[in-house]
Amino acid sequence: MYSAHALSLAIWLPILGGVAVLFTGGDTNAHWARRLSLLIALAAFAATVPLYTGFDQHTAAMQFVENYSWIPAFNIDYHIGIDGISLPLILLTSFTTVIVVIAGWVVIQTRVSQYMAAFLIMEGLMIGVFASMDAILFYVFWEAMLIPMFVIIGIWGGPNRVYATVKFFLYTLLGSVVMLVALLFLYFKGGNSFDIQSFYTLKLSMSEQILIFFAFLLAFAVKVPMWPVHTWLPDAHVEAPTGGSVVLAAIMLKMGAYGFLRFSLPILPDASHELAWLMITLSLVAIVYISLVALVQEDMKKLIAYSSIAHMGFVTLGFFIFNAQGMEGGLIEMVSHGFVSGALFLCVGVLYDRMHSRQIRDYGGVANRMPVFATFMMLFVMANVGLPGTSGFVGEFLVILGSFQVNGWYAFAAATILVTGAAYTLWLYKRVIFGNVVNDRVAALHDVGVREFSFLALLAVAVLAMGLWPSPFLDVMHVSVNHLLVQAATSKL
Amino acid sequence: MTMNMHDVYLAIPLACLAGSAIAGLFGWKIGRIGAHAAAILGVAVAFALSLLVFRDVAFYGHTYDGTVYVWGVSGGIPMEVGFLIDPLTALMMVVVTFVSLMVHIYTIGYMRDDPGYQRFFSYIALFTFAMLMLVMANNFLQLFFGWEAVGLVSYLLIGFWYTRESAIRANLKAFLVNRVGDLGFLIGIAAIYQYFGTLDYAAVFAIAPQLANTTVQVLPGVSSGVITLICILLFVGAMAKSAQVPLHVWLPDSMEGPTPISALIHAATMVTAGIFMVARASPLFELSDTALSVILVIGSITALFMAFLGVVQNDIKRVIAYSTLSQLGYMTVALGASAYAAAIFHLMTHAFFKALLFLAAGSVIIAMHHEQDLRKMGGLRKYMPWTLVTAWVGSLALTGFPPFSGFFSKDAIIEAVARSHLPGAGFAYFAVMTGVFVTALYTFRMMFLAFYGEPRMDEHTRKHLKESPAVVVIPLVLLAIPSAIAGWLGLAPLLFGKFFGTSIEVLPQHPAVREMALHFAGDGPFIAHGLQSAPLLLAVLGFATAWFAYIRYPQIPGLIRERAGLLYEILIRKYGFDEFNEVVFVSGARAAGRLLWKIGDVKLIDGLMVNGTARVIAWASTVARRIQSGYIYHYAFAMIIGLFFLMTFFLHR
Repeated sequence: MYSAHALSLAIWLPILGGVAVLFTGGDTNAHWARRLSLLIALAAFAATVPLYTGFDQHTAAMQFVENYSWIPAFNIDYHIGIDGISLPLILLTSFTTVIVVIAGWVVIQTRVSQYMAAFLIMEGLMIGVFASMDAILFYVFWEAMLIPMFVIIGIWGGPNRVYATVKFFLYTLLGSVVMLVALLFLYFKGGNSFDIQSFYTLKLSMSEQILIFFAFLLAFAVKVPMWPVHTWLPDAHVEAPTGGSVVLAAIMLKMGAYGFLRFSLPILPDASHELAWLMITLSLVAIVYISLVALVQEDMKKLIAYSSIAHMGFVTLGFFIFNAQGMEGGLIEMVSHGFVSGALFLCVGVLYDRMHSRQIRDYGGVANRMPVFATFMMLFVMANVGLPGTSGFVGEFLVILGSFQVNGWYAFAAATILVTGAAYTLWLYKRVIFGNVVNDRVAALHDVGVREFSFLALLAVAVLAMGLWPSPFLDVMHVSVNHLLVQAATSKL
Repeated sequence: MTMNMHDVYLAIPLACLAGSAIAGLFGWKIGRIGAHAAAILGVAVAFALSLLVFRDVAFYGHTYDGTVYVWGVSGGIPMEVGFLIDPLTALMMVVVTFVSLMVHIYTIGYMRDDPGYQRFFSYIALFTFAMLMLVMANNFLQLFFGWEAVGLVSYLLIGFWYTRESAIRANLKAFLVNRVGDLGFLIGIAAIYQYFGTLDYAAVFAIAPQLANTTVQVLPGVSSGVITLICILLFVGAMAKSAQVPLHVWLPDSMEGPTPISALIHAATMVTAGIFMVARASPLFELSDTALSVILVIGSITALFMAFLGVVQNDIKRVIAYSTLSQLGYMTVALGASAYAAAIFHLMTHAFFKALLFLAAGSVIIAMHHEQDLRKMGGLRKYMPWTLVTAWVGSLALTGFPPFSGFFSKDAIIEAVARSHLPGAGFAYFAVMTGVFVTALYTFRMMFLAFYGEPRMDEHTRKHLKESPAVVVIPLVLLAIPSAIAGWLGLAPLLFGKFFGTSIEVLPQHPAVREMALHFAGDGPFIAHGLQSAPLLLAVLGFATAWFAYIRYPQIPGLIRERAGLLYEILIRKYGFDEFNEVVFVSGARAAGRLLWKIGDVKLIDGLMVNGTARVIAWASTVARRIQSGYIYHYAFAMIIGLFFLMTFFLHR
């Protein structure tokens, strides 16, 4: 049967593997670093598959639980486990890392082993965030995963990387600090325990709940990112190398949203209801405001970054309308957005590697030279637009269904993305891909190679599979989501 | 029978999908012949099986409503992919696959020299798949799937020649305008989900009467019937897809796509999806007189005012495009009058004769070396006998001359409107009657300008004029046959008979069609009446006017243009819809986006909040950086701040 340490394996295999990759040394051994990294990424993905196949969909209890005392003096444990909420995100993480390793194969020529190692270590740390059942363990993974990301942007990033990293850092620092305070408060309040599940049964007054809610909100909202603490994201994306952007968009943004589900809703049910209006408003502002901002972007990566923020608005909207459609829609949107935004950043990467420009005006008529690429990008663009049959539709649809049950106008405001999302995404596609070849550099473009084809195809399959048959993704969530909805509906006053 | 009908249903769309996949994915390998063979074979199989299903439904009364697979479950409510096979669906399947097959064959000739040949076949087979999924759906979710998928293929095909700026503008416009409709449609579906707890047609229609008197507050102080709200939201979707004013603006521009798809998608099938949807949801729409009134008025505005625009167009495809808009308006009017059967009847005859007219126009365009301007044509009758004859069949059907198909279906609509008592019915009657005259005027104007009079093309083109090849002519002939006889064949069962059975529901308070059946007591008296009534006279008048103005006294149009300059200007500007949208929505959205970005994000959030903080930190870090560099410092700093917060927090607790 399944190993008692399956979950630890999923966390530590990529971390230790990443350290091993470091030992391949300098760039003279780059080819070994790449091969070893791919092998580890694949093994790490394989290590997460049993978590799905061995997952019991009929219980809301944590599964694959491991619990060891870590720092007994403060009751801090190495306590991990997963439910139907964290499982899809863990699979997304291990899948994305495989893609990122393939994507960095040729593009990265300096410090290859460090680059690959950073991604592998980050993979393990991110899975750790999704698996932690101890607040301090969670906090350690939460902070630690940022280090590889800073390194990735700082070393392989663009010319303005310092500004972007500082901005990124400032924002997240602000959030993390207050989150730590909140966790410590809960520790003392709950009889010296950092067990997250023990927080769930803690009685808290409304004012306590609201204070803690804002502390968490600051940490999570920055990560999502929610309007108005979103401006670090476009800058970070623009400066990050392609792989960094992919992980940032596909997984790191999900951390904040995940935090709401793991901490805010079950620990602070009353505050969550009390402040739902605020969360819904911020989400709708993100969807409407950010979509309009995306429309006028001239940098492809910025445009997709803004599109990410708007789509994450659907996630937070879905969480704070307190029904199954909304919450499952939000979760599905998280996974789908991982595929789609990841794929779009890779598409920009494919173009950037050839033209060294992200400016839309430098492009035009790419379809004439890169028909295979144009076809893939059309699929991803349509997924971003939320076309039925692609993964992008499922989450948006469910969230719209869910929000209509609360208020028809919420659904209407959210659904405006049908028009605005199509406008910025397809206008981008029109200007870059369609038209006549605009200059000699576009004329010199060559279509995707085998390596690029392979990661685009993998993502294409994921996007279509999830769009045509989302049941396998939804079914693992039902029980956990219902459990969470019950928790969120149970007053703690 | 040994064959399991469920498998047959499944095989119909999948045959098209397989054809599309083979042509699209392996077209580079199997070549042009392989690609078109795969696509045509797929659609031919679908057509043959559709006929089988039609026979099974129409003659043996076998209907079907079942699930193919569960797409997903949320909140305990399953959402499924499944088929509903009833007379309405069976009829649509035959129409869709027949016209599609004709267009596939025609494409071999029309796209012969195009480098995107395989891609084109892949798209149109994919379209047929999507359209079939749309008409075969047994629930609103799958309807929406098909709805969006046909929209996608339409987008891809309008922009098929993707290096043309006009084409890629048109396809973006088409997608966005349709998305506005989808916005309404999707909210409508969400409303159905909310109030009915299911998206399944049968369940929704069964519950609907219980909700007839339920109201909902839309705005403070404004409430509406739930059913009315749902129907209007769904109809917003239909307005975009079936190009009703003011969401019609994309359809004329869609003519940038190759002519075969103008025939298949932008005339015969996709644009009628909205009409089909309303007919399909007749048990809902019947419960809301308000919604039906809205439909009636929107339809009549479209029917009349779009017909006027057909008169001033010089591009042969655009004349037919405005004709399509106007005819879709007729169908919508029929829906509003609760004459769903008449709407579907006209949908069917229109699919035949309008596809025929487009393909005939395409044949002319081939002969003219891709010149579409009527002013540069003339006298083509001598060179293109087959095209001429079939175009006449199409024109006579469109204008409603007996015994061609349009005569029956259009008269049915007019008679139904005459018997409707809803608010707006009077205007609708005026619109559809006047429309008959205008339709005849623009149709015969087009015929006379293209085929009669002196040849106006350049010498080179004139020397090379010849009839199109057999792959083009044969579909024309095959479409001309139903264009001629489908009305006569369909009238008795579709309109007066029990063909549709329970697939269309009409309540007793909307008696238009039932009264017609009683009044005329069958098709004989109906035809006799049609021959003596005003519409035919108006059509003859339209013909005569066109003959006077374009054959007898060709100087007249120029004189009218000079005398009625303002009117001409309004028509040639298409009532200014495009300019309005361009200024208000397109520029408006960009200006708002720029404002929010430059002021909101850059100035306020970044300028004040972020960089302000950053400057403070930067100053602090210049001090600290002497001691340490790199990111470890940041963490130390974080810890210090954290401890500081902690201490204050607990000290003051």
